[in-house]
Amino acid sequence: MKRRELLRAGAVASAGFALAGRIPAVAARVAESAAAPGLSTADRAIVAAIAPVMLAGALPAEAQRRQAAVQQVVAGVSQLVAGLPPHLRKEVGELFVLLDLAPARRFLAGVSQPWPEASPEEINAFLERWRDHPVPLLRSAYLALHDMIIGAWYALPESWPAIGYPGAPKLR
Amino acid sequence: MTIRDPIRDGLARGWKVTHASTLTDDLAIECDVAIVGTGAGGGVTAEILATAGLDVVMIEEGGLHGSDDFKMREGGAYPALYQESGSRKTLDKGINILQGRSVGGSTTVNWTSSFRTPPETLAFWQSRFGLAELGEAQMAPWFEHMERRLGIAPWPVPPNENNAVLARGADKLGLSHALIRRNVRGCWNLGYCGMGCPTNAKQSMLVTTIPAALDRGARLLTRTRVDALRWRAGRIEAIDARAMAANGVDPGPQRITVRARHYVLAAGAIGSPAVLLRSRAPDPHRNLGARTFLHPVLISAALMPEPVNGFQGAPQTVYSDHFLHTAPIDGPLGYKLEAPPLHPVLFGMTVQGFGKTHAELMRQFTHTQALLALVRDGFHPESDGGRVGLRNDGSPVLAYPLRPVFWDAAKRALLTMAEIQFAAGAKQVVPVHEQGVLHSSWAEAREAIRRLAFEPLVARVVSAHVMGGCGMAATPEQGVVDATGRHWQLENLSVHDGSVFPTSIGANPQLSIYGLTARNASRLAAALTGRSAVPIS
Repeated sequence: MKRRELLRAGAVASAGFALAGRIPAVAARVAESAAAPGLSTADRAIVAAIAPVMLAGALPAEAQRRQAAVQQVVAGVSQLVAGLPPHLRKEVGELFVLLDLAPARRFLAGVSQPWPEASPEEINAFLERWRDHPVPLLRSAYLALHDMIIGAWYALPESWPAIGYPGAPKLR
Repeated sequence: MTIRDPIRDGLARGWKVTHASTLTDDLAIECDVAIVGTGAGGGVTAEILATAGLDVVMIEEGGLHGSDDFKMREGGAYPALYQESGSRKTLDKGINILQGRSVGGSTTVNWTSSFRTPPETLAFWQSRFGLAELGEAQMAPWFEHMERRLGIAPWPVPPNENNAVLARGADKLGLSHALIRRNVRGCWNLGYCGMGCPTNAKQSMLVTTIPAALDRGARLLTRTRVDALRWRAGRIEAIDARAMAANGVDPGPQRITVRARHYVLAAGAIGSPAVLLRSRAPDPHRNLGARTFLHPVLISAALMPEPVNGFQGAPQTVYSDHFLHTAPIDGPLGYKLEAPPLHPVLFGMTVQGFGKTHAELMRQFTHTQALLALVRDGFHPESDGGRVGLRNDGSPVLAYPLRPVFWDAAKRALLTMAEIQFAAGAKQVVPVHEQGVLHSSWAEAREAIRRLAFEPLVARVVSAHVMGGCGMAATPEQGVVDATGRHWQLENLSVHDGSVFPTSIGANPQLSIYGLTARNASRLAAALTGRSAVPIS
C-alpha cells in the first residue's frame, strides 16, 4: 500500500471505531460484551485464530497439545478482560466487534475469510500491517492484541519450561 | 519457618476494617480526619494522625491483601494489585503505566528503591515555585525519620547479575554508579517485590504505618471508590463514595458518606486530581491535573554469555545518575539508569514483535539482561508533562504528549544502555522498540538506534512513577496546594501524595513522598490537636 492509501485506510479505521459504536446492532454487542464477564463467543473465535500466529514458535508443536494451549490462552484473555474496569472492557469490546465485521475484517485487517478459516499467512500479514501502521489507533490495537495474548500465554506455567523460567521459589 | 500474615493477625485481634463490597446497606461515617488512599502518602498520614489521638478513617478503592495472598504469580498479582490490571495507559496509549491499587497502594508492589529527593530538584522547586521551606537541610530530618521508620538502609547483599551488568558496564565506560538503598527488614532476596512481598520483609505501608494506625483504632474502608468531595463556601462538607461490586472493578449499589473535620487526599497522582475534577473543586488558575509527570522509561535488553536469571534476587540494587548531571537540570532531558526485574508476563508483553522472533527472544529469557532509563521530565520549559482529565464515566485518563525534547533523550538513553551492555560483555543487544532488532556489536547498534523512528506506539515507553497534577507552590497562581499540602481554595483539605510534586523527582519517588508527608502530616496533626505531633518512630 502507498502512504496515501494507508492514510485513507487509517481514516476509515478511525471512523470505523467511532461508527461501529453507533450502529445499533453493533452498539448493542459492544454493550453486551462490556457487561458480560469476559469474551463473547465471537471474540473467542478471533483470539483463537490470532493466538497461534502471535505465539508461533512458542506454542507446543504437537496438534492436540497446541489446541489445548490455544484454548487456555483464550480462557486467559477472557479472564483478563473480565477483570478490567468498564471503560477498558468497552474498548476491547469495540476492537473485537470491529474485527468481526466482515467489511472491516476484509478491508482494514486484510483478512479475506472469517477468522476461524483465515490462513496463518493472512493473519501474520494483518498483525505486521497494524504493528507498523501509520495510524496510531491501529498500532495501539495491535499492541492490545499483543499484550493480551502474550500476557495470557506467559502467565501459564505450561509456557515456562521452554524459556527456562523455574517459577516462584518455594518458601519453606 | 512459618510466615505470619500481619493482616490476618490484625483482623483477628479486631481491626475495624469494612470491605464495602460486602455491605448490604448504605453507610454513613463520622470521624476527625478522612484519608482517601492508602499508599505512601495515605499510610504515613494515617499513622501520624492516629498517633496524635485523632479519629482516622482510611478509604481505599482496592482490596486488602496480605502475605498469605502473595503467591509470586504474575497472572494473579497484576489484576489484584495494579490499576487497570497493570494495563493503565495514557490517552493515546503511548505510555504503559504501572501503578498500585490495593491497601498500601504502589508501596505494596514497588521494587523497594529508596532515594531522598535530590538536592537539585529541591533547589529547582525553591527557585521556580517559591518553595523556600523545602530545602535540603530542612527536609533532611524528615527523610531520616522515615528511613528509621521503614528500615531504609544500604543493602548488604551483592547485586544479582541483572544489576551487576549495570555496575560492570558503567565501570568500563567510566560512568559513576552506586548502590540503591532499600526499605526492607529481613529480606529473603527473592525478587518478587512487584507481586506483593510474600515474607513481609518489604516495609510497605501495608505492613508498617497502616497496621500501626489500625492498632490505634483507625478505621479502614476497602473496595470504596470516592466519587466526589461535597463542598460549599470553601469547605468540604462530606465525601460521597460508593461501594465497589464484588468483582472490584464495577461500582456497586451501596453509597457511603464520610463526614470529617479535615480531609486528606492521598489517591496518588492521577487519582487525587481526578477526585478534585469530579468534585468540580475550585481551580481558578487551571492548575488542577496539569503538570503530571511520569519519568517516561526506555528499556534495552541484552543477551549475556552467562545466565542472568533476572527474576531472582533484589530487583533494583545498582543505579547510575551520570546522565542526570551532564547538562543543566532544565537543559536537554537527563535520565537515571537502573535495571528492572524480569518476569515472563511483564517481559513478554514489553518486548516487541510476535511469532518466531518473539519466541526466539523468550527462549533466551534466562540469559536476558535489561536496563531501563527513566527520563527526568518537568524541568525543561518544553517538558511540561501531561494533564489528567475525566472520561464520560468519570474515570481518570492522563493525556501525556511525548514531545521532541523527550524523544531526543529517548534516543540518547537507548544508545547509552546499549553501550553499557556491550561494555559489560553482552553478546547481543536489542532496543525495546518496534523497529528494534538484535545487534552483535556496539558500532552496529549505534548506527541502528540512530535510525529508529521515535514516535508513540513505535518506541515502547513505560512508566512506574506518576507525579504531579496537584502541584504545590508558594502562590495559588502556580499551584493547587501550598508548601504544607493545604489546598489553596478549600480550607479543610490537604493533599498528601506524589501528586503535589511540581516536577518529577529524578529518582524513584517513594521516599520523597514519605518524607514530605511526614512533615506535612505532623503539621496537620499539630493544627488539628493544638499540640505538637508525637514522633512516630
